[in-house]
Amino acid sequence: MSEIEPFNEMLAPDGSTRAPYRGLSAWLERMTPAEMRRKSRDAEMLFRRLGITFAVYGTDAATERLIPFDMVPRVLSASEWRRLSAGIDQRVRALNAFLHDIYHRQEIVRAGRIPAELILQNDAFLPEMIGFTPPRRVYAHIIGTDLVRVGEDEFYVLEDNTRTPSGVSYMLENRETMMRMFPELFQANRVAPIEHYPDLLRETLESVAPESCEASKPTVCVLTPGIFNSAYFEHAFLADSMGVELCEARDLFVEDGKVWMRTTTAPERVHVIYRRIDDAFLDPLSFRPDSMLGVPGLFDAYRAGHVTICNAPGTGIADDKAIYAYVPDIIEFYTGQKPILKNVPTWNCARAEDLAHVLDRLDELVVKEVHGSGGYGMLIGPTASKRELADFKRRLKANPGNYIAQPTLSLSACPTHVASGLAPRHVDLRPYVLVGDKVRITPGGLTRVALKKGSLVVNSSQGGGTKDTWVLED
Amino acid sequence: MLGRTAASLYWTSRYNERAENMARLLEVGYRIAMTPRLGQDSADDWHSTLASAGCDGAFFSRHEQVSQRAVVHHMLFDKDNPSSVRACLEAARNNARSVRTAITGEMWESINTTYLEFMDVRPQAMTDNRLPDFLNWIKQRSMLFRGATLGTLMRDEGYHFSQFGTFIERSDNTARILDVKYWILLPDNETIGGDLDRYQWTTILRSVSAHRSYRHAYRDAQVRPFNVAEFLILRKEMPRSLAYCYDWIADSAEALAQRYGERPLSCDMAVKTRQLVAEGTMDAIFKGGLHEFLTDMIARNNALSTQLAADYHFA
Repeated sequence: MSEIEPFNEMLAPDGSTRAPYRGLSAWLERMTPAEMRRKSRDAEMLFRRLGITFAVYGTDAATERLIPFDMVPRVLSASEWRRLSAGIDQRVRALNAFLHDIYHRQEIVRAGRIPAELILQNDAFLPEMIGFTPPRRVYAHIIGTDLVRVGEDEFYVLEDNTRTPSGVSYMLENRETMMRMFPELFQANRVAPIEHYPDLLRETLESVAPESCEASKPTVCVLTPGIFNSAYFEHAFLADSMGVELCEARDLFVEDGKVWMRTTTAPERVHVIYRRIDDAFLDPLSFRPDSMLGVPGLFDAYRAGHVTICNAPGTGIADDKAIYAYVPDIIEFYTGQKPILKNVPTWNCARAEDLAHVLDRLDELVVKEVHGSGGYGMLIGPTASKRELADFKRRLKANPGNYIAQPTLSLSACPTHVASGLAPRHVDLRPYVLVGDKVRITPGGLTRVALKKGSLVVNSSQGGGTKDTWVLED
Repeated sequence: MLGRTAASLYWTSRYNERAENMARLLEVGYRIAMTPRLGQDSADDWHSTLASAGCDGAFFSRHEQVSQRAVVHHMLFDKDNPSSVRACLEAARNNARSVRTAITGEMWESINTTYLEFMDVRPQAMTDNRLPDFLNWIKQRSMLFRGATLGTLMRDEGYHFSQFGTFIERSDNTARILDVKYWILLPDNETIGGDLDRYQWTTILRSVSAHRSYRHAYRDAQVRPFNVAEFLILRKEMPRSLAYCYDWIADSAEALAQRYGERPLSCDMAVKTRQLVAEGTMDAIFKGGLHEFLTDMIARNNALSTQLAADYHFA
């Protein structure tokens, strides 16, 4: 593996501070190590008291755990952000156009730009959606685009999360915590505000109410699997900050083809559901019959145009790892423009020549399961043991269609508070995008940071942390 | 408001109140155990504490013998005792968690912190000398949540459901304490008489924080059983009396009825019971039988709770 220094977002190779970080750097220099440790402990206590938690599946008795919070913010300049957000805008429009196309005329398949079997035989493709058009033709309303940076102007999209991207509550709480602990930082730096995200979310959700909605203001609710779900805190947080009801399936029912909430008095009509449960569990009558999390009859009410489900069922195909490799083609096909943001080169192991290449250079690559998420079931070649490599080779040969591979990128690093003081740690970035009557992108996003030295795994389920993300205003 | 939200607000407050009541009963039990008396086995005292708390059944399904250690563990830490302080705090917090959108940050923080700190306490570390402080802490944390509710929650339907939970639980608790000891409150028990009984009356008062206020209310050097019963059943100025609880319950029921523009059965039931305790006299209650009266009150609480759930579609 090559030993190139990763791009350091604060320090240029000549040791000078990069422009966006100048204000922050001066502040960091004034802080003593003791002060930093104290502030870091304060932050942790604050998070625990507020119950800002998530669950790690498969660990013992860990219904709740804190995501480590790093108090050193990550900074992007206004111009960096302009380019990123233009790229994201282009990408989410193309993905929504793609979704509409594959559930209708499938022009992109007819044009031979994407193999038919990649779509038709994909588990995330929902035949029940064929021929149905959701309000304003929007399928993916809430999207989290995962980005990594490897150089000054080099950003790559790692993943388009078009199902139910989580983490936006951490983005907001991180900012809240920073403003509570370090008000002086915000007085000295012009940081773009993000706290209106819940308003934007609500506007977006209201803007995609069914046309048949006769109410002056559509009724929106958040649908959660319940308090034992790993992201329950976020579900409650979003419902609360939007001022809408947080429903579990048992709070909703379908009658006369419409969806209703069980209230203390008469049932109340629901027009838009921001659901945080997977497609398969949405409606036991249409999908998994054993689902306890779903609302019987919901899908029929949706197809009849009486309720809008956000994100639309079947959007998962757009963030499928096998489709990912085609996103640059998708952008060109639907927008006629060159993609602004790059894809990471990806080998699709379903293809024989790609598989051969991957098997050959496994120790240099990152291999991911097509349907995996959260950093589970992946191999990081350069840090894997011989045994792990051999084991993964067997798995690849047994079921090549289940894997993709990418080169190990040298992720950028940001100053981070660790036991020994400040040290660079690898980061990624998930900006949050809302698509309704228009595209709304909140400046910044959630920066995840690998707290272990040299580690490239930033997933919270794998022990990564998060930090506040600043977009500076001009 | 979702029916489930109403239910969770009701149960959050109810469990919070119950945690406090468990701590109060243990406090009294502990006090009695510290006072050695001739010819009296301390196991009997602990047995009566379990009975007052309504968890003697659960206790004896797992223990053969009563001991202070076992009772304390059962009432504070036992996961399988649904009324243990631990179970109450967990249930209160789970209910609060499921309706975070309907409670204030202060309410959530107080109940969440209580739960987290309680879970950090190792049951083995709960030695006799630490117990009084710990019980006091539980009471104070419960009061903090109630204070946060009173001080921050919007006076909408959620507030009234929450008050309902508090006062149904409290009146149930007071009725049960009295019922377990009703025989020492009977007017003709002078034949039993003596220091022991007087001591028991005082402990009843103590368990509801009323041993001082009783003196002020009755201006009498003697603690008289008749007065103790009256104080805890009919006197409205006593915040844990049945009359006080039902005042609050009926007010909540009427506030809900007014908000929703409909008067459900539960409202009539609450008002009727308020009337019963407002107009009742101890003479009449003793004539009909104190035990019968208290059993009837406990049944009324249950029926009211069930009817409330039906009227407002608790899920």
